[in-house]
Amino acid sequence: MIVPLTHLLILSTLIFTMGIFCLIAWRKNIIMMLIGIEIMLNAVILAFVGGAAYWGSADGQVFALFIIAMTSAEVSLALALVVYLHRRKKSVDSDDFSTLRE
Amino acid sequence: MEQVVFYILAAVVLIATLFSITEKHAVHAIIYLATSFFALAVIFYLLNAPLVAVFEVIIYAGAIMVLFLFVIMMLELGHPEKILLPGVRDWAPALLLGVVTLAAFILLVLHHPPPALPANPVKIRDFATVLFRKYGVAVEIVSMQLLFALVGALYLGRRK
Repeated sequence: MIVPLTHLLILSTLIFTMGIFCLIAWRKNIIMMLIGIEIMLNAVILAFVGGAAYWGSADGQVFALFIIAMTSAEVSLALALVVYLHRRKKSVDSDDFSTLRE
Repeated sequence: MEQVVFYILAAVVLIATLFSITEKHAVHAIIYLATSFFALAVIFYLLNAPLVAVFEVIIYAGAIMVLFLFVIMMLELGHPEKILLPGVRDWAPALLLGVVTLAAFILLVLHHPPPALPANPVKIRDFATVLFRKYGVAVEIVSMQLLFALVGALYLGRRK
């Protein structure tokens, strides 16, 4: 370990908090919400890799790889949904997609 | 030496992420985010995870961010400079929730610091053994998940 695990976890939490901030503050814009989710997933990957380096076990790195694979599937579906919604309403504002309510 | 590089890279990651979440042009936000992912990949390399670093650059910065860029450029978003940044009513609850989470975690970690364990670097051979022996079923499930995502994206993206 080049740095204490505490510093790694604090860095990971800072990035995760910025992701939550982006998700909540930009809740009118679907694309910025997706960017917030990406930031949060990267913070989790950093925590997994830091744990793998701390305990000297490869499981954390394997789970980081699984998270990357899951994210690529999630992003492709989410962006297909964004394209579909934009084709229907010409907008990426989440307030415009309320037809189920009316 | 490595400690100094780690702290510089951590500062780069934090500043680039901060710029990306306060940027009103979505394309600029993606570029800042790709910068932050490159710095994060070097941090992974410093933490004895070269494979994860390589996948971070290839898949995250190379594929996912470019997919975001293509979709944003393909949608006609009008005039991004006219988008309003989130107002106080938008970011005040975000700031409150985020700061509470951060403060709780930092207090917990600083109160019970984990003891320093002897360094035992993970080799790539261990990584491959664990990936395909211990989690072989999970690899198959992830491949099926990617296939389902492909079918779903094709279904959503077709033109009527």
